[in-house]
Parts: sequence; structure tokens; C-alpha cells
Amino acid sequence: MLRLPPFTYLQPKSVRQALRMKTDAGANGMYVAGGTDLYPNMKRRHQEPKVVISLAGIRALGRITGGTRGSELSVGAGVTLTELHTHPRVRNGYSALARAAELVSTPVLRNMGTFGGNICLDTRCNYYNQTYEWRKAIDFCMKKDGEICWVAPSSPRCWAVNSSDTAPVTVALGAEFVLVGPDEERLVPAARFFRDDGINYLTKHPHEVLTEVRLPPLDHWDATYWKLRRRGSFDFPVLGVAVWIKWDGGLVADARIVLGAVASYPKEVPEAAQLIIGSELEDDVIEAAAAAAYKPSKPMDNTDFGLAWRKEMTRNYVRGTLQELRTRRKD
Amino acid sequence: MGGAEGGSADRRSGGLVHRSADPANRRTAEPALRVVGTAQRKVDAVAKVTGQTLFADDLFLPRMLYGKLLRSTQPHARILCIDTSKAAALEGVKAIVTGQDLPIPFGILPVSQDEHALCPERVRYIGDPVAAVAAVSEETATQAVELIEVEYEPLTSITSVQQAVATPEPRIHDYGPHGNLHKLINLEFGDVERALAESDYVREDLLFYEGSTHLPMEQHAAVADWSADGKLTLWSATQTPHYVHRALTKVLELPASRIRVIACPNGGGFGGKSDVFNHEIAVAKLAMETGRPVKITLTRDEVFYCHRGRHPTLMWVRTGVTKDGAIKGMHFRSLLDGGGYGSYGVASAYYTGALQTVTYNVERYKFQGARVFTNKAPCGPKRGHGTPQPRYALEIHLDKIAEDLGKDPAELRLKHLVSPDSITANYLRVGSVGLETCIRKVTEGAGWKEKYGKLPYGRGVGLACSSYISGAGLPIYWNAMPQSGVQLKLDRGGGVTVFCGSTEIGQGSDSILAYIVSEVLGVGVEDVHVVTGDTHLTPVDLGSYSSRVTLMTGNAALQAAERAREILARNVAAKLEVPMARLAFADGRVFDTEGPHNGMSFAAAVQLSEAAEGTVGTVGSYTPPDSPGRYRGAGVGPSPAYSYTAAIAEVAVDAASGIVVVPKIWIAHDVGQCINPVAVMGQVEGSVYMGLGEALMEEMAYRPNRNVIQKMPSMLEYKSPTTLEMCDVVTYLIEDPDPNGPFGAKEVGQGPLLPVAPAIANAVYDAVGVRIDEVPITPEKVLKALKKKEKGEEPRYGPHSFPEIPWPEPIRVPPPWEGGDGRAVPAGGAAGGEGGAETGHPAISPAPTAPSVPSPSSPERQH
Repeated sequence: MLRLPPFTYLQPKSVRQALRMKTDAGANGMYVAGGTDLYPNMKRRHQEPKVVISLAGIRALGRITGGTRGSELSVGAGVTLTELHTHPRVRNGYSALARAAELVSTPVLRNMGTFGGNICLDTRCNYYNQTYEWRKAIDFCMKKDGEICWVAPSSPRCWAVNSSDTAPVTVALGAEFVLVGPDEERLVPAARFFRDDGINYLTKHPHEVLTEVRLPPLDHWDATYWKLRRRGSFDFPVLGVAVWIKWDGGLVADARIVLGAVASYPKEVPEAAQLIIGSELEDDVIEAAAAAAYKPSKPMDNTDFGLAWRKEMTRNYVRGTLQELRTRRKD
Repeated sequence: MGGAEGGSADRRSGGLVHRSADPANRRTAEPALRVVGTAQRKVDAVAKVTGQTLFADDLFLPRMLYGKLLRSTQPHARILCIDTSKAAALEGVKAIVTGQDLPIPFGILPVSQDEHALCPERVRYIGDPVAAVAAVSEETATQAVELIEVEYEPLTSITSVQQAVATPEPRIHDYGPHGNLHKLINLEFGDVERALAESDYVREDLLFYEGSTHLPMEQHAAVADWSADGKLTLWSATQTPHYVHRALTKVLELPASRIRVIACPNGGGFGGKSDVFNHEIAVAKLAMETGRPVKITLTRDEVFYCHRGRHPTLMWVRTGVTKDGAIKGMHFRSLLDGGGYGSYGVASAYYTGALQTVTYNVERYKFQGARVFTNKAPCGPKRGHGTPQPRYALEIHLDKIAEDLGKDPAELRLKHLVSPDSITANYLRVGSVGLETCIRKVTEGAGWKEKYGKLPYGRGVGLACSSYISGAGLPIYWNAMPQSGVQLKLDRGGGVTVFCGSTEIGQGSDSILAYIVSEVLGVGVEDVHVVTGDTHLTPVDLGSYSSRVTLMTGNAALQAAERAREILARNVAAKLEVPMARLAFADGRVFDTEGPHNGMSFAAAVQLSEAAEGTVGTVGSYTPPDSPGRYRGAGVGPSPAYSYTAAIAEVAVDAASGIVVVPKIWIAHDVGQCINPVAVMGQVEGSVYMGLGEALMEEMAYRPNRNVIQKMPSMLEYKSPTTLEMCDVVTYLIEDPDPNGPFGAKEVGQGPLLPVAPAIANAVYDAVGVRIDEVPITPEKVLKALKKKEKGEEPRYGPHSFPEIPWPEPIRVPPPWEGGDGRAVPAGGAAGGEGGAETGHPAISPAPTAPSVPSPSSPERQH
């Protein structure tokens, strides 16, 4: 791997200042938070910003507020993954998110990596997350420097995979993201933040800063997240399953099932969720939902393990997550 | 003798380590061992944990330049043109060299001189170096490398062993028996077909062992300095400074006396730093071109490209047994994917067939081995060199045979163990064999009888055994000199300096020298200074490979220390007026055992001796004993001593996903005698760890349809266990001393890796009833096998065919018990098989041409 290329490093103290710096730098500028995604990528020449604008010094991005007595929980995008998963209000009320954050990489990287950074994590691929020299030997790929998608050579699009652990959970919980641009601030539902495209994988404009994640108030809902990977110690997910259920007495009033690491975006499978709504999560219902989630789960050759096995595991993991939620309901 | 070692009681606590020794077998008549056999701090430990150790990349010399290699982006191509003009014009670039500047080939084995420091006309794998740049900074060198333009004419790539066998053209190399076959071996010890025909039961199996890489923490690095008076110094992260010295002499056409190679402490080697590497030669050439020191540190992906790791090996085995499991005949075939160059490959190929005979009695044995070239990173020696693959095959094969015969696998093995002090069918002389104790220890410790076949579905236990060499009996190049030399210098102040060419790779080789000298001379370990791995300062030791160091340098150090002791004893005895035999060396003193107050300090003894006889220094050396094998190919396999290991793995298999978890491994290793039991335990646990990775996840994978590029040359995506994936290990250290080892010691660095993978595979079968006949045992394979089982198909995942290989006429050597004398017999009219059958010289080394070495027809050597 090459060393970091030279770049100018800026340290704004406020979001407004950061936005100005980005405007000045134009397309040559990029934001960085913890740097655990961007810097290795820069060493591989995936991103080559001449100006790197650090959001790490902006205090306002590091706060966790609300989340008590029926209010929504607001988490600053600059909160580190360690802070996120150890925060009592996150652990108690939003345990699925705490679990997802805790399963990201290693303690050292979680100490640096941020919630916002994990949500905006660059999509990954076996043909992309390689050194510059390696990519050159296969004549690069369309995500960077090349023309073709090696995962599906006849495809017109890039199939790099969303590998965030927290992203599917935000979609399942129905979180909203606060995006601040030079001219406006907008609130985007998590599900509309991601795009089904390996290259343009976010609806966020490059100049916008993701400042805050708003999580819905606690209200008779429960959620969980399961992560499949090679090693328990650290690895990106090869499959993530986030499930959110709203209970009405013993019945499922509403539900969302979201698959991570099988598409370029956290993939919601409403056809599976529909099957459990109105049920008590009986075994046959769970089995039907698992089968319904299995069908649209279409892993590609873009991360560890074989496709068939990863697809197969979708069934197991959806089954497992639903069983866990059912158990908790009965307790 | 009863108290020879203060009893054999376990002096380490923790309960996880158990030692068994038979004190009656002690080699020496010393009253007690003070250092050997006790837990000692490693001599380099403090420097390592405090960060003071200087690895090659830590070296910075005044005016030093930084070198970079340009590596091929083509798997197989002709180089049409290299244009370095743009790079040369870049400011800060001081020199650029290409293959034209280094036209002389080299290679670690004399029979495989097929590498160039920089490819002159052909590249053979992605990552093959084609040019080197020296510049004022690493960034500049990197930029310059980017500016070099290479025009390639692509050639058909060979991506698999099957394709290599079936595709003679284009040839990756223009040597070897045929097409892309690099080496073919056909050895037959007795009429195996007849033995199989006469057996009660014959079983045939096909297995595959995937390639893996060493993954040392430290990347390779080398610094070269060319002095104004025309002398070259190379500091390098190498396990084999002596061989690097020889290669530099050859390629750079410099007298050996003007080259100094210093092996820096290695941050892990595992065999991955045993070859001579392109960057070591290129950096030297750049230093010579510029007159300035130059450093090259490889990036992690370059380490993957250098590789020299485990050969992916396809294996076929057919064994005939009696009703009680005695092996009447075994026919073993291996096919190794060698990658783009020879490396140690000829030896690796022989090793896949050499040690099948040293654990269980094999009456008749036939081995056919083939190594092919493919357009992948070259394979070579990785911990266990060529033996984990056949051991995987053999131990699973035996597990199946035991089941077929309705026998307990442990009992089956125990019944047919090789006898101590015997000669095998392929003429390996076996000394001490502690395997029976090993098996008994692990079966008792693991509760084998209560668990095997009796655990609930999803849980299982599996057993496997193994043996490994304590040093290759023959050197890599033909010579009659010792394999290891030690010089000892005794200081007036009481310090002792040991000089030895051995190379510290973390295994503790420096410490071994200090412990042994300390033991013999009675000085503290901290009073012994160790200087190693420097071709100017230290006598030759061939290097840290083949688990040879403790036995060979240990014996050399022992001899040098005993000679020094003799000098001191002579002078002290005269002074004290007591017989020499009554003197003891202990606690930094030399004294009369019958009146301990009558003595003097060690320093005074040195001063006395120096006054009487002059400077006190001694030498010691070690040459392994001759092997009884006299056939061509007999050079690989012989060793002064063989270690033995038995392991039981317990696994938990999730039948819904196929995920295998290994909670615990019990492992017993016969090390002959611990020199430092803590270091021995470290080697056992390290071997288990590496074996676990190979068993469950490691895979040197390529993309044959994407330019044969390595799938994952990165530490994140090349999956290897971390400490969190490590299983619990219960270690039993078995001490069955071997007369050839120093204090009876045998190897431990590699052997304990071998049984790990087959034990896990056998445990998976015990847990869920499917056979995974190939590593890594991934969840995908387990799940596939489970589905086949559900459908009533053969519950197995593994290879299905072994390609047709044009084997040469076998070299036929009757086993010792059939009247053989270790020599080949002429085959039906065609005398001598491959030729040279009577010489006994190693097959890896061609007949010597230099006049200074003895004729190959007189394999006897001096001790």
C-alpha cells in the first residue's frame, strides 16, 4: 500500500466554518471525521482530496441529548462508536444500535471512528479495496479509475456493497438524519439517505455535513441487529440483519426488516415485514418471513465468503433475529 | 541419576503444562542441570518489549537513499521494452536498475537457479519485480517507479495444477522434466501393489490442502551499504544470511570476502524469510551504483507477492491394512502448485512424501510427487515445510480406516507405532519416539474415551499425530563442512561471548546458545553475550529453517563450551591441586566438589588460564550423522532426530450454518528435552495457532479469470485468526531424550502445527458426520457436505480426481527388512532409474563441480 499522498489539512471549529472551507476547496475538498475509512482509502488512492477538512474539532457534533420520557434521542454525527455503544441511554433504549456500533471493527478503530462516519462509510468491494498497484493489474474498476464492474462485468453499474453496521439499524429504527449545507438544513429519513448505487451511494451532497442522527422516542418497540462475519474479533459484515418491531399487546403492529452487506444500500425487505405484521411471531410466520427475506437477498462477489452461503445465511439470520425479539417479548 | 533433573516434577505452574520425562535416559552424567530444563527469560526479551530491538527497517544510515521495486502487473508476459527515462528525469532519483544490470540467475536450491533479481525478459506472476529505483525519499522512489513504462507481450497464463499438467506450452521455465512440470518423483520401497493385494482391507482417499502464507508481523526489509574501499554490507530481515551471502557473491560477482551479510532480528519468519529475495540483491546493486546506503522495506502487499508459503497440494493415498490396522503397503501421490519459481520447491515436493513412514510402521511404501509451475507467487517453505499437507491426508485417511475396521482411532495408532532406534522403509533412522506417551497424555487429558463418538450432535473430538525433523540432515548445497559452527571467547572479567551464524526469528535461537554455554560453564545466563547472524563475525550456521537450530547450534555450542571448560579445568586443577574430574562449574565459580570452599571465581579461572595458555577461545561445530539412504532423493527426510506430536481437538459445529468453532485443543509434544520449557510451550502454542488458521480460514486465493491476481493481499482480507479466535490449549511437554540432541533436545518450532488441521477435520466428522477432505474447513464446505448427507449422497467435501501424471520409472529400493541396503536396485534392465541413484547426495543439489568439495561418490563425511 502506498503512503498517504500530500494534502492540506484544515481544522474548522464550527459547521459553518467547515462549510465555507468546503466551498472554497470545491471538488478537491473532502470532510473527514475519525479518518478510519478515508485515510486507508486515500492510501489506496480511492479518494484523492487535496484538502481534507476535519470535523473532529467541532464540539457540537459530539453531543448526545434527549431520549428520555418520550422524546427522541439526538446523537451527534461526531460521537465516536465507542461513545455510542457505551452511552447508557443508547445501551438501554437503543440496544440494537449499541450492538451494531460495538460490532464495528476493533476497539482502537471504534475509539476514532464516528457514528456519522460509519453511516457514510464508502461502499466496499473485493475489486476496489485493493492497493493502487493491484487495481492497476486488473485495469481498475468503474468505481475508481476504470470502466468495468468486475463483480458483474456485463453490468452498467457498480455493485460495491454497503458495509456499515449502524446504517441498517438506522433504517430499521426509522431514524432521521440532519444534513447541513451552505444554504439549507434538511431532515432526511434514513431510508432515503442511501442509494442503490455502488458509486453514488448517498443522497447527501458532497458539500453537506451530516451533523446529527435523530432516533425515534421509545414507544413499545423493540429492535435487534445480527452481524455475520468471518472473525468475531474484527471484520466487515458479510451480512447484517436489523429488525424493528412495534408491539401492540402480543401482536406485531408494525415491523421493518433491513439487510446489510447484501446490496449497495441497506436493503429493506417489506415483503418479509408484511408477513409478520398482525402475528405473534409464531414459528411458521417466522419461517415465512425468513423465506421472504431470503429471496431478494442477492449478495455479490464483493466481500468475504461465497454468495450462495451468504444468501443462505439470510434465512438463518432473519429467523434468529425474529426469534430473539419474540423471546424478549415473552419475558 | 535419579535426581538428574531435580526430579521430573513440573516446575511451572498454571496446570496447563504437563511434563513427562524419563530421567534414566539422560545423556550426560552431570550431577544436575541448573539452566537447561528451567524457565528462563529470553536473552532478547527486554529489548523487544521495550522497543530497543533494531529491526532492519529501523536502520537509518547517513545519506541513506530509499529504494522501491516496480512489480509486474502481468501474470505471464514477455518484457518488450522498459523505458526509464521519465523516472530518471525526476528530481531526487539517484539510480534505476533493471534486469539487464543483474543478468546472473540465482535461487535457493542449486537445482533451481531460476530467479533474477529483476526480470530480464519475462515476468511469471503479478508482483514479479522488473525494475528498482533509489531516490532521496520513499515518496520520490514511489513516484519514480510509477513513471517507468513497461511494454509487455502477454503470454497464456497457467492458473492451476490441472492446467499446468495439461498445458506443456508455453513453458513458464525452460527446465524440468516436461512442459510445466518442475519436478517428478517416483520412489518405491518394496512391491506396494503386491502388499495392497495381500491386505485385508484397502482404502483410497483424495484430499486437498490449500496454500497459505506466513503473515509475519514484520515486513521484509534490507539496507545495503557500499564502502569506498569496495566492500558491501547488507542488513536484512532474513532467516538464512549464509545463503544470502552466497547469492550476492554469485549475482554481484564480488568475492565472498568482500560481502558482509548481517541478519537483523526477524519480526517473525515462519519460513517466509528463508529464500534469497529480489529486493536483497536489488538494494545491494543500488548501493553499489550510487555509493550511498539504500534501504528497501517491502509493503504488506509486496510481502504477499514474495510469498514462498505453503504449497497448495492435491493428494491421493491408497493404503492396505491387516484386520487390526497394520499398514502393509501405502501408495501416496502429491501434486504441488509451485507458483512461478522453484524456490525450495524440489525439497518441498520430496517432503510431501518423506515423513509418512516415521509415525506408524509402513511395511512397503511408494511415493509419487509432482511439482508444477503456475503463474502465481512462488511457493516455498512455511512452518512444517511440505509435511502438513500429507499429514492432513494421512491422519484423516487413518481415521477413516479406523472407522471402517471398527477400531478406536487412538488404539489403532498406538498398536502400530514406529519403534525407537529403527530404520523406516524409506531409510530414515529414527531415534527416540515419545509418540506413545503423547497419545496417552492427550487421550487422558481430553477424556477421549468418554467423548469420542459419544458427544451430542454438533460436538465432536478428533485425534491426529505427527512427526517432524530436527534439522535437515543435509545442507542445501553439497558440501562436507559442518552445518553449524560456534566460537567462544572467554573474557578476563568472567564474561563469555558466543559467536554463531544462527538467526533469531523470535523462536529463541540466541537464547539457546546462552543457556547451553551457561549450563556447561556455570556462569549466569546474563554473563553470556550472544553475537549471531553476521557473516563477518560469526562462523557459518546454515540458517533458521527445518527446525535445525536448537539441535545443531546447540550441539556446536555444547562442544565449544566443553572445550572451554576443559581449558579452565586443566589450569584450575593444577592450581588447586585436585583432579580435573572433581571440579564443578556453578554459580560463577570453579570449585572442588569435595570441598566447595576450595575454588575460585570463574573470572579468576579465566585469568589463570589466560596467563598460562594465552587468550581463551574455543570452537565447536556440528555435522549431522550420515543417513542410511543411498538412493537419489534420499537427501530429503533424514534428520538427526524426530519430534513427535499428538493432538486432540474438540469442535462445536453449527449444523445450520456450517460454522466450526474450536473451543479447545490438547496437544502433547515430544521435544526430547526442554532447554527452556517456557519457550517450548510458546512454540507449541504458536504452532497450534498457525495450524488453527490453516485449518479454518487461511487461503492464498487467486482469481484465475482476472489475470491470476491474488484475491486478498492485505492483512484485513487475508483471513487469519486473531488472539480472540484462538482456542484454549492444554500443552503436555513430553521429554524422551534423543542421543543426537544437545542434552537430548529435539525440535518444537514446526512439528506441533502438523496434527492440528487433521485433528479438527476428524473432530468435525465426529460432531456431524461429514468428511471435509480439504482445508480450510470453511462453513460453506461444511454446509455443502451436510446437505449432501441429507440427500443421502456421500457426506463429504473434497477433491474428486487426481490428474494423469507422466511419472518416470520408479527408483526401487527394497526396505531394510527385505534385504535392502539403502541403494536403488536396477529396474528391469534400465539401470539406475533417474541416474545418480547410488550417490546418496541430496537430490536438491547437483553434483559438485568445485574441486574443493569431495566427490559425490564418497558421501561419507568427517565429524
